[in-house]
Amino acid sequence: MVHEVEVVIVGAGGAGLMAALHASRGARTAVLSKLYPVRSHTGTAQGGVCAALGSEEEDNPDWHAFDTVKGSDYLGDQDAIEFMCHEAVAAVYELEHMGLPFNRTESGKIAQRPFGGHTNNQTGRPVRRAAYAADRTGHMILQTLYQQCIRNQVTFFDEFQVLDLLLQNGAVCGVVAVELSSGEVHTFHAKAVIFATGGYGRVWEITSNAYSYTGDGMAVALRAGLPLEDMEFFQFHPTGIYKMGILITEGVRGEGGILVNDAGERFMERYAPRVKDLASRDVISRAMYLEMRDGRGIGGKRFLHLDVRPETVNRYAAVDGRTRPDGTAYRVTGPELLAKLPDIIDFCRTYLGVDPMTEPMPVQPTAHYAMGGIPTTKLGQVIADARNTLVPGLFAAGECACVSVHGANRLGTNSLLDLIVFGKMAGKQAAEFAQRESFLPLPRQPQAVTHERLARLRQADGRERAADLRRAMQELMFEHVGVFRTGDGMQQALASLAELRQRYQHVRAGDAGQVFNTDVLEAWELGCLLECAEVTTAAALNRTESRGAHAREDFPRRDDPNWLRHSLARQAPGGGVELEYKPVVITKYQPKERTY
Amino acid sequence: MQVTLRVRRFDPEKDKRPHMQSFTVEAEPTDQVLDLLNRVKDYQDGSLTYRRSCGHGICGSDAMRINGRNRLACKVLVRDLGATITVEPLMGLAVIKDLVVDLRPFFEHYKSVMPFLVNDEPAPARERLQTPAQRLRYDDTTKCILCAACTTGCPSFWANGEYVGPAAIVQAHRFTFDSRDRAGAERLQILNDRMGVWRCHDIFNCTEACPREIEITKAIGEVKLAIATGRIE
Repeated sequence: MVHEVEVVIVGAGGAGLMAALHASRGARTAVLSKLYPVRSHTGTAQGGVCAALGSEEEDNPDWHAFDTVKGSDYLGDQDAIEFMCHEAVAAVYELEHMGLPFNRTESGKIAQRPFGGHTNNQTGRPVRRAAYAADRTGHMILQTLYQQCIRNQVTFFDEFQVLDLLLQNGAVCGVVAVELSSGEVHTFHAKAVIFATGGYGRVWEITSNAYSYTGDGMAVALRAGLPLEDMEFFQFHPTGIYKMGILITEGVRGEGGILVNDAGERFMERYAPRVKDLASRDVISRAMYLEMRDGRGIGGKRFLHLDVRPETVNRYAAVDGRTRPDGTAYRVTGPELLAKLPDIIDFCRTYLGVDPMTEPMPVQPTAHYAMGGIPTTKLGQVIADARNTLVPGLFAAGECACVSVHGANRLGTNSLLDLIVFGKMAGKQAAEFAQRESFLPLPRQPQAVTHERLARLRQADGRERAADLRRAMQELMFEHVGVFRTGDGMQQALASLAELRQRYQHVRAGDAGQVFNTDVLEAWELGCLLECAEVTTAAALNRTESRGAHAREDFPRRDDPNWLRHSLARQAPGGGVELEYKPVVITKYQPKERTY
Repeated sequence: MQVTLRVRRFDPEKDKRPHMQSFTVEAEPTDQVLDLLNRVKDYQDGSLTYRRSCGHGICGSDAMRINGRNRLACKVLVRDLGATITVEPLMGLAVIKDLVVDLRPFFEHYKSVMPFLVNDEPAPARERLQTPAQRLRYDDTTKCILCAACTTGCPSFWANGEYVGPAAIVQAHRFTFDSRDRAGAERLQILNDRMGVWRCHDIFNCTEACPREIEITKAIGEVKLAIATGRIE
């Protein structure tokens, strides 16, 4: 079946829905999502969305911009960062006007909490910049945007999984998708396509990411010959539930929780003397790794404790001299914490049988967020090469995109901000593009590639099992392309990934049917994951320095003369990965040493 | 430990009617039911079909009947169920395949109650103010993840699928009691219908089924009271 719409949006999380709201005002728009929109991974974000609202204390967008530049280890493009941080204030108020139920201050303003890396630039102390709704901020954003899409009668194709991007001479003309409920393949003829497909954390063994976070959009872009930017930078969040990877928000530390090792020591004092447990995520994950390596994990094991018991919070708040906005000493009670962190307390009770009000939580770093992705301008337009050539009609936003505002390490709460600011930009730009341009003709057999790929997954010899390959990939990536990396380890990973890609040719789906065949689609997703893993590893191996989330034991220093640049990785025609580089945009923040 | 996982299977391309199938699965007491389903799908039968996404009780994909109760498969652990676990699709909605039901009627009911904030007064440059007490008034119903566990556990909904069901009323509650909203009267009128709130007979199945522990029956009661008195407070 062929559909004709002006703008197709792929993905219905925060970025896709924000894009949909704005694109649908100017063009006939359809949203395609492999999940019902409210199932999207945005819903699991917890701690907050930041903007220098100054609800609780003095703040300004320039401080936010500097913190983001510093957090990015100077790899973020400063023009895009300044743009995002200045847009942030209006964007958060726009969410509030749409109905988002933020927590409130006593005077009725949007409440804000401290988060890692966000500071008052004059004092260097943590600033309350994260606007939040308990520990459910992502859930509220996702619900609010979906509600407004319903109000504005946006057209959705729920449970349609996009498998291919259609280009004519390098310009967009549509996408190909499978309808899950029937197995039917549909062609969507479009003037503009926005990818908002999210990340690929399922490449790693321990991850906070949903099962559906399989890098679909990134892999489809790679197969279309497009590059991915800065894929070597993948964030490991310090506090995932031990063995499960489920996220425990940084908001726990924002509310005064601390990390402790086996000796009961608050070890972050040694690694980040000024902001301690509110240093940025890469810094804390590395500190945790080193503590565990040196035998100071709890009971010698691969986890540490996150302690948010009220007596602990109050003891260390006194040590730090932490105050409330009115200048009085910061003190909390159990019920106050419960009201601000209800979901994470529920997770711990449900999955661990641990009550965080009376016991510390066992945590370990968990694969969390892709700083890299499909390269775009700050208007969401996709870029094809190091000369910033645009791909006509193609846009991307959210985690699948790389603007780049996060550089080598994203600050907490900047991801939700990224979704709403750049989702909106991409939606507006795509609608304008559609008004200006006419439809390009479809290729003669638009579904041929998709049918061939699906046929292979249905008809291969079945000598290999998808689950075995997936597990092997996840283990080797966690071991060799994780918090710390070495050249030898990554060489080994690259060789293993090549072998896994060979073995993947023998995977046959265990379900031969048409109706709701998740088995064939999960096998297809495994192909996406393997390709994302390969590009990530190749880009990481080539970068012989340590910067942000990319930490190499064999090259422990940042190397600005050689590596203050973005990588662009694409699949080489004969196999393997080709890399090129482009400069970082610097406006007013000259790179300097990064300490917390 | 070994667990017997009994699954109600239905493949529309092969089966005339559903049937039970048992799988023997190795499990830890701390495993989620979703882990067991994954283990079967990965290593025993790739055609076993269910929805899943976040894996920790937030996205609402994997609501199903587990030992006769509506639960999220990722939020119930083996240690709480024992060595024989029966999983079946939600009731009251057509089965597409195995544990996957057709959610379209559920979302149509959702859309019918104006599940969005309405306030067309000119917006201020900053936020609309709301006190912590006003915010708290509708807090409980903001937690809804639209998993459908409540609606598909409601005998009134089983009896008549035209009934909007508890999830839709929860959504209507969330906006009606929000001090910023201006469409309360209109929403209450929609619910003051033959197929609206009056089909609720306080059976409490919804409240027991809710994985987010929303006090659904109480919320429905508040909506009924607002309709009866004409006052939203």
